[in-house]
Amino acid sequence: MKTIILSILLLVLSQGVFAGEGVDLQQANIDPEDRASILHGAKNFVTYCLGCHSLKHIRYQRIAQDLRIDEMKVLADVAPQGASMYDPMHSAMNAHDSNKWFGIQPPDLSLIARSRNPDWLYTYLKSFYADPKKPLGTNNLVFKDVGMPNVFWQVQGEQHAKLKLGDDGNETIDELELVEPGTLSEQEFDILVTDLVNFLAYVGEPVKQDRERIGKYVIFYLIMFLVIAYLLKKEYWKDVH
Amino acid sequence: MNNEGVDESKRQFLTSALTVVGAVGTGYLAVPFLAQMQPSVKTMAAGAPVQVDISKMESGQLLRVAWRGKPVWVLNRTPAALETLKSLDSQLSDPLSNDSIQPANSKNPVRSIKPEIFVTLGLCTHLGCSPTFRPEIAPNDLGPDWKGGFFCPCHGSRFDLAGRVYSGVPAPTNLEIPPYEYLTDTLILIGDEGKGAKA
Amino acid sequence: MKTTRLTTCANWFLDRFPLTKLWNEHMAHYYAPKNFNFWYFFGSLALMVLVNQILTGILLTMNYKPDAQLAFDSVEYIMRDVNWGWLVRYMHSTGASAFFIVIYLHMFRGLIYGSYKHPRELIWIFGMLLFLALMAEAFMGYLLPWGQMSYWGAQVIISLFSAIPIVGDDLSLWIRGDYVVSDATLNRFFAFHVIAVPLALVMLVFLHIVALHEVGSNNPDGVEIKKYKDKEGIPLDGIPFHPYYTVKDLVGVGVFLIFFATIIFYLPEVGGFFLEADNFVPADPMKTPEHIAPLWYFTPFYAILRAVPDKFAGVIAMFGSIAVLFLLPWLDRSPVKSVRYRGSIFKKALALFVVSFVALGYLGTQPATPSATQFARFFSLIYFGFFLLMPIYTRWEKAKPVPSRLTKPLSAVELIPALRAALNEMTVAAPIQGHQSHTFIGSEFRRKPNPEGIRNVLVRLAKKIKASFD
Repeated sequence: MKTIILSILLLVLSQGVFAGEGVDLQQANIDPEDRASILHGAKNFVTYCLGCHSLKHIRYQRIAQDLRIDEMKVLADVAPQGASMYDPMHSAMNAHDSNKWFGIQPPDLSLIARSRNPDWLYTYLKSFYADPKKPLGTNNLVFKDVGMPNVFWQVQGEQHAKLKLGDDGNETIDELELVEPGTLSEQEFDILVTDLVNFLAYVGEPVKQDRERIGKYVIFYLIMFLVIAYLLKKEYWKDVH
Repeated sequence: MNNEGVDESKRQFLTSALTVVGAVGTGYLAVPFLAQMQPSVKTMAAGAPVQVDISKMESGQLLRVAWRGKPVWVLNRTPAALETLKSLDSQLSDPLSNDSIQPANSKNPVRSIKPEIFVTLGLCTHLGCSPTFRPEIAPNDLGPDWKGGFFCPCHGSRFDLAGRVYSGVPAPTNLEIPPYEYLTDTLILIGDEGKGAKA
Repeated sequence: MKTTRLTTCANWFLDRFPLTKLWNEHMAHYYAPKNFNFWYFFGSLALMVLVNQILTGILLTMNYKPDAQLAFDSVEYIMRDVNWGWLVRYMHSTGASAFFIVIYLHMFRGLIYGSYKHPRELIWIFGMLLFLALMAEAFMGYLLPWGQMSYWGAQVIISLFSAIPIVGDDLSLWIRGDYVVSDATLNRFFAFHVIAVPLALVMLVFLHIVALHEVGSNNPDGVEIKKYKDKEGIPLDGIPFHPYYTVKDLVGVGVFLIFFATIIFYLPEVGGFFLEADNFVPADPMKTPEHIAPLWYFTPFYAILRAVPDKFAGVIAMFGSIAVLFLLPWLDRSPVKSVRYRGSIFKKALALFVVSFVALGYLGTQPATPSATQFARFFSLIYFGFFLLMPIYTRWEKAKPVPSRLTKPLSAVELIPALRAALNEMTVAAPIQGHQSHTFIGSEFRRKPNPEGIRNVLVRLAKKIKASFD
């Protein structure tokens, strides 16, 4: 009886495991406590992403507050010209232009790290390769036929797909190789992407660090409450036999 | 059930201890719950200081701007109006603005930094209606003594053109003057309390 | 005692309001069986979670905007710009899942100790109505964040009603107020979620408790304590709810809050179980997410729905799986209440039921592959079999004699020596290395696992479990 139940459960569980996606994701080794990395990420975001993507749920003032740097410094170093302290990070591109250029409006990325996850973002940003069949000339290994060009082509260089013949006779992409180096070394580029992903993870939930800090006190308090409540219960229940 | 040999003082102590700890916890929980009803960051962003360009203002003109959602008036007073202000002291309840709210640089007989430019919050100090601007002299509805000023339609409070309240009306104090400063000769920043753009 | 002004005021009030009587009837002189165990925490915990949901809900309502254009952004506004808004929101979202955990455990308690049986059928019916209202409340609340999962989940569930012959399409149109889930739907769900259903919940809780206090609480032995009373009419095995169970429930509250706070502060999403990743994408009526699953608390019923190949029959099966719970007091024909004195068939059936409920819950979260559907059908049959065959197997089986008085429960503290003995058997003392052995705990913990001992302990445990099924 028990073996039957067990084998059924095992089968059911394995079902779920195989239902996952095809591409192995690389680990984004982000450190949410590394405020310098997040600040670099914010600058990278403004350089490479803000042209098309907004972060409408974060204000420059909030970034300054959470990264514990001067508000004026954030305005000067991170924000584009003319932005003011309480402004959210709005992209300058309007919806009409984006529809014309990409066919869709680039999504707001405030919550991208929560709807996807940091590993996915990290792998995705590193997985663009040249594909002459595409209107933009690039494709992506993680997000097939994505409507976004490789914004890092200058710094990363050009990657090509190495094909492999599968058992079923169809060619699949085995791995990507760098054929033309960019202005950054591979290691420098990894750091750039890591910082960017770290920033996006922070923007996904700016309160996370505070939340975890406060949690310690709350749980410490609750344990204290529990101990006293238990002693009180024990004292009263001496009556009950 | 057996109530013999019960250490009542221990029970009492533990009960008090748990009550105190519980009350402290509830108190701490009440802080975020109550703070949630305080103005949010968005509200504070919207309440950031506003700039007013007065270079195109004509003499006698009143500009209305919103600051923190409240009406702020900028009035360019005529020389005649400024002259009238000097003769009113005996009819006012707080002519020297001793009991009224205004920044130190506006605590003077004409209640402004530059005499002709008067900046004030357009809300009656009685119950918060916005008074109407009545610069004309002795109109029919306000009577022959009216020298020009602000009249509150809600409960009939009267103020002169320096926002000073007349005696014998419901409003207790003069109109409140918000903090403001001149960025240039013709540019006023309203609502800045002297520390950058922080609210 | 000298009458002060305060006591005069208090007396004025008490002369006009039966506060003392209410307190005595429901707390100080409400006699509850003295052998309540772990399972009896969940009633008071459910009440506490309800209060949490109402308080945090009121605060969220102050900043939330029930408008398809604004709803998603207003939730993020609460999470970021409103002071402590994130805490209130996480308390509410975690509270929703906690409510179901607590309620499922509370219902399971009823199931194992026969708390639905005579004379407590009405308490069970009120409880089931509460469960229905709670499901409606949770379902409508989940639309409000207006994310992709909110939107498509509502779309799918409301479409279920269109399976009903003749009136189906008109009915689902009437529920939505539009041809698809839209602003109109969001606005009415908001109205139901914040006022209509909570009112019903609070009234049902009142009825549930009044009915309980009329007949008195059941207990793990399923013995009626009112049969044996002392000279003053107090049940011999009863103890006043206050202070004994109030202080005991406070311990339960403490443990519960530690889990609750851990999730709020460290794991608010619980890997997508409490907050789904796709719900961080604003609702898009043009694009369905690749995989839609309801939140975990609906998945067992959702799996039953998908297991049936016909649309209408599937809907009937899903609603039937809940409706059958209402009939439980009349399906169970066993003369005894508690699982402790039931025969082996019920225990085995119950174990199968638990396995199938959990398995259905898991399958409901997974994509409907052909083999997963086969499993869902198998477990659905067990689910319904447990209830529908109950009149047969409960009459059939041999119950054990039920004691006339309550038995003494083993407390957690008393279990410690047995656990210690088991631990000692499972490990062998390892040779002490180096000089660390001088430390205080050194001698106690410097032990190595002992394969032989572990095997013995596991075999004994298995035998014990097997014996408990007979």
